[in-house]
Formats: sequence, C-alpha cells, structure tokens
Amino acid sequence: MQKRAIFGGKSLPYLLLLPQLFVVAVFFYWPASQALWQSFLLQDAFGLNTSFVWFENYKELFEDTGYYRTMLTTAVFAIMVAGLSLSLALLLAVQADKSIKGASVYKTLLIWPYAVAPAVAGVLWIFMFQPSLGVVAQGIRAMGWNWNPLLNGNDALTLVVLASTWKQISYNFLFFLAGLQSIPRAVIEAAAIDGASPARRFWTIILPLLSPTIFFLVVVNIVYVFFDTFGIIDAMTQGGPSKATETLVYKVFFDGRLGGNLGSSAAQSVILMIMVVALTAVQFRFIERRVAY
Amino acid sequence: MATVELTNIKKIYAGGVEAVRDVSLTVPNGSFTVLLGPSGCGKSTLLRMIAGLETITSGTCKIGERVVNEIEPADRDIAMVFQNYALYPHMSVYDNMAYGLRNRGMPKPEIDKRVREAAVLLAIEEYLTRKPRALSGGQRQRVAMGRAIVREPQVFLFDEPLSNLDAKLRVTMRLEIKRLHNRLNATSIFVTHDQVEAMTLADQVVVMNSGRIEQIGAPGEVYKHPASRFVASFIGSPAMNLMTGKIVEPGVVETPGGKLPFDAKRFSASGEVEVGIRPEDIHTASSGGTSFTPELVEELGATRLLHGNFGSTPIIVAIPASGTVHENKEMRLSIDAQAVQLFDKATGRSLAR
Ligand SMILES: Nc1ncnc2c1ncn2[C@@H]1O[C@H](COP(=O)(O)OP(=O)(O)OP(=O)(O)O)[C@@H](O)[C@H]1O
Ligand SMILES: [Mg+2]
Repeated sequence: MQKRAIFGGKSLPYLLLLPQLFVVAVFFYWPASQALWQSFLLQDAFGLNTSFVWFENYKELFEDTGYYRTMLTTAVFAIMVAGLSLSLALLLAVQADKSIKGASVYKTLLIWPYAVAPAVAGVLWIFMFQPSLGVVAQGIRAMGWNWNPLLNGNDALTLVVLASTWKQISYNFLFFLAGLQSIPRAVIEAAAIDGASPARRFWTIILPLLSPTIFFLVVVNIVYVFFDTFGIIDAMTQGGPSKATETLVYKVFFDGRLGGNLGSSAAQSVILMIMVVALTAVQFRFIERRVAY
Repeated sequence: MATVELTNIKKIYAGGVEAVRDVSLTVPNGSFTVLLGPSGCGKSTLLRMIAGLETITSGTCKIGERVVNEIEPADRDIAMVFQNYALYPHMSVYDNMAYGLRNRGMPKPEIDKRVREAAVLLAIEEYLTRKPRALSGGQRQRVAMGRAIVREPQVFLFDEPLSNLDAKLRVTMRLEIKRLHNRLNATSIFVTHDQVEAMTLADQVVVMNSGRIEQIGAPGEVYKHPASRFVASFIGSPAMNLMTGKIVEPGVVETPGGKLPFDAKRFSASGEVEVGIRPEDIHTASSGGTSFTPELVEELGATRLLHGNFGSTPIIVAIPASGTVHENKEMRLSIDAQAVQLFDKATGRSLAR
C-alpha cells in the first residue's frame, strides 16, 4: 500500500519544496553554472584581463597529451582501488559473516579506517612508507627493493592506491556484510544439500545474490576515487613525481589553484561533472532493474 | 530408499541450550514419519541433524547401512524441503531443480528428463522459465518439492513445508504430498506442529516434548492410547479432559464427576491418579450416568461442544449436533469405560500395562 499526501492546491507543495530547492540551487547549480561560465573565459595570469573564448579552453584540453595521461592515470587508479578495495572487503565480509568468536571486535576494528580523514590517512601512510624513515619502507628496502615513492612514479602510484584502498575497505565491508546477512541461511543450506562445495556456493549463489550490492559499490567506489582521494594525494604526493599520481580532480586543483589557469580548470570540472552525471544515470537505470534477478 | 536409525541422539547448542536429549528412533524404509510437537521442542534440530546441517553432540545417526555423523549434507543422499522454500531467487524454476543435478555432474539429457518429469508430476511445467518471485506460495512450494524429487534421494526431509500456506492450500498440498509419497514410496521425515497434518500424513507419528520423545506410534495409536498426559492433551481437538481421581475398587475410579468404570485389564492403578476422557467419548444419556450442566454451548455444524464442570474441573463434551441442548439445564452423561485413560499423577506417564 502506498501512502500519499493529498494537497488542496499547488502552492503548498511548492512552498514545502522551496528550502530544499534553495539549498540545491545555492550549493550545486550556482557553482556549477559558474564553472560552466568560467570554462568559456580566458584570463591572464594576473586576473586583469578576461575574454570570452567559446570552446577554446576545451579545445586546448583535448589537444594536450598531458590531459590524456591524467585520464589514463585516473582510470588505472580507479580500477586498481575499486578492484582491490571491493575484493578485499568482500573477502573480509565473508569471513565476518561466518559468525566466528569475537566477530563484533573484528567488525569494529574493520570499520575504524573509515573514520580517519583522507588527509590524515595520507600522512599516516607517508610516515610508514617514507623511503628513509618509514617503518614499512625500511622493511621493503631491507628486502632489496629500491623503494622510493618520492622519485619513482610507479612506487608513488602504488602508495596512493594502497592508502586509498585501505581507506575505502571499511565502507565496502559494511555494505557487503549487510548484503551477505540478507541472504537467507536456508538458501545456502539448500545449496549445500544440493551438493555445491563452499567455493561453488560462493560463485553460483552468494555472488549473484550480492550483485546489486556489488554494482552499487562499483559506482560509489569510482566516484570515491575520482573525488575523495584528493586529500590522500595532496597529503602524500601532490600529484608527483612528475605527474605520475595526478588524477583528474587533482589536475583541476593544480591548474586552477596553482597554475592560475582558471578557464582550463573550469573546463575540466565541467567534464568531470558530465562523467559523474553519466555514472549516476547508469546507476539509477540498473538499480531499477535490480541487476541479475 | 533407506532406513534412518537414530541412537541416543543429543544436541547441545553452543549457548548451552539442550535442544534434543537422548532421542532414539527408527524410521523404517519407505515410511512416512512425522515429528510432532509444540514450538521449541527440538523437531527442527533433530531433522537438521539428520540432514547434516547441525552437528550431533552425541549419539549416532545411520542412514541405510552408513553412520553419517561425520558426513557432509551433500553426501548423505537426502533432500530437504524448507519452511520458507529456500529457492534460489536468481535462478529460473528449471535451474532451481537442475542445480543439484548439475553439481553432481549428471549428463544434460538426463537432467532435462528428470526436471521435466518432476514438473509434470507437480503440474509446474508452465512455470519452468519463471523466477521464483513470479510464483505464488503454493507454486513455490511445488518447486521446492520438485527440487527434492529430481534428486531421487534415499530420504526426504520436510521442515514445516506447509506452514506458510493459507488454510485451504495447506489441505490441498497435504493431500498432494500424501499422493506423492504413495507413488514414490520414499522414506520421508516430516516436521510439523500441526496435529491434523501429522495424523493425516503419517504412518508413524513421533510426539516430542522439550527435546524428548513422548511416544512413537501409528496415528490411531497415539490418539487412542496416549503414552502420557502430554500426548493426551497435545493430540485431539478439543483437548482431552483431565481430572484427578482415586481408585476405589478394581475397575472403578472416583472423580469429581462421580464414579467411573475403567478397563482394569488395560490399566494397573491404585490410589491417586489422573483421569483422561476425550470429549467425543462422552455421550448424552436419558437417565443414570453423571449429572452435567452445560454453561456454554458451541455449535460447530456437525458437532456441538458443551462446556461445563465436573465439580471444579472444567469439562468439554463433544456430541453430534442433533436435537436441542439447553444452556444451564441439567442433563445426564454416560462415559465409555473403554475410553477412560489413567495417568500417573507424579510422572504423567500412562498407567497402561
Ligand atoms: N542455532 C541455535 N542456537 C542456540 N539454540 C538454538 C538454536 N536453534 C534452536 N535453538 C533452541 O533449541 C530449541 C529447539 O529448537 P528447534 O528449532 O529445534 O524447535 P522446533 O521444535 O523446530 O520449534 P518450531 O516448531 O518453533 O520450529 C529451542 O529452545 C531453540 O531456542
Ligand atoms: Mg522448527
């Protein structure tokens, strides 16, 4: 049964919506339109001269090989973080779901990283992996690997991937655990009686039943990697060395804030915005179809 | 098909709950055995131990010639129908039924043959391509049965499979299960707390109470000769009348309703006892017998229930609904001597020899 409020006229519902619309307008549409407007402008380095240049900023972006490199870095970064954090979280959730002794302590400990601010997480990881002082870095170097995220681009990328993954596992874990616990025990038992080994049960029953959760998390994780890893990257590598860890969001910040190229920065924001809108649209469509069953 | 033999089975859960205490039971080959008892008496626990879903704390469970205590559910050659059907929600009806066969590496044509045969048997051919969520409760129940049947297991286990269906469908499905059993003749163990289901389906009823077996017997046997006060009051609706009594001479017991004769050949009793009489074993009499004043009359269509007292003990009498009965008007009742049951006052066990 659906409960519906019945209103006499049209003015009251609109009035009730007004505060929400106001918030959305001020905090989303206004900055978004500003970005859009900015992306059509060209400003000199001192902000004295502004001219309207149509799509010049976009054209320049797409002619810049550096931009494609950043896109590739972001894509690699996103795939690695989403892949790692999803699979590790699933592994941990499956273990937690086995109702072992001390499960609640285990769960609480797993959730803690989520409470750590990204920048703090970045600093933490820097401490551990700093080439000459970091505890972990010393261990790695002792094993004969010349680990140096300050100079080696791949090492730096590995480091931000690890830190970002670590930070996101808790979130994914919570959703996976909830998803696992909503699978009726009898269904798993029926599969066991039906002769499915634990591994086969996982692949043919548990994973398909988790597919809505997995899909939701993939989208959320991509958005996380795109935007929320900014703090981690800024604290750890500032996009370096030589742009090896520069993601799209970091480039927006770098070009606009540090490089003073507001027009290009705004154009990049608009492109990012379009990507997120597309992702969200895909998510809504699929969630409505409830993936797989 | 196989015999299931339980010897001194105990189950203590991790939290210390003693769910099953020392149960020994033989389910003969091809039998339809019903485990009956009130909620929480350990029926499901017992069934799940046979299935291998719960470990056995002590005792042995034998299926056929094999002790299966340490054997995985998949290798026990059993199939189970769950209360909530437990169908795989993301698979079609066909795949639900085929899953167990595929897991065992059966060739495709054989799987197809079995699934289609079961579908015909259960009248679910039309739904083979549907997902479970697009089925009604009764249809889901059939699919769950189909999933069990295609496996052709040694033993079928049912855990209250009908309790989620509405009353009418439950009666239909009950008949179908009975028919199916007559046809397949597979050893079946069926858990329920519904005595009508138990009486109609079983050839052997096992009445359980707080983790113990109270009585094992044919439906008629547990009804006519309950082994304990618990069985007497649990089976039969309305429940058996129970009152205190005292043996005054061989074959006569003094009750609040006067002196009643009982079968002295069947019961060896003396002193204080508990007397049980089923409501339907009390009849109206024109004269003599026991005095009774119905305070309330319930019309059930074919029968009529009279509520009143013998002394201070509440009594229910079930009589055919013919003639008229007046509330609050004294009448005479006669009681069938063969139907009087005597129980030990302290232990509640029947005093039958
Ligand atoms: N996993 C468990 N852990 C601890 N105690 C349990 C567990 N499962 C059941 N019990 C307890 O064991 C006893 C028997 O439970 P069981 O499920 O076998 O009862 P039942 O006869 O099937 O009842 P119902 O008719 O309500 O299904 C109950 O007291 C129950 O609380
Ligand atoms: Mg139960």
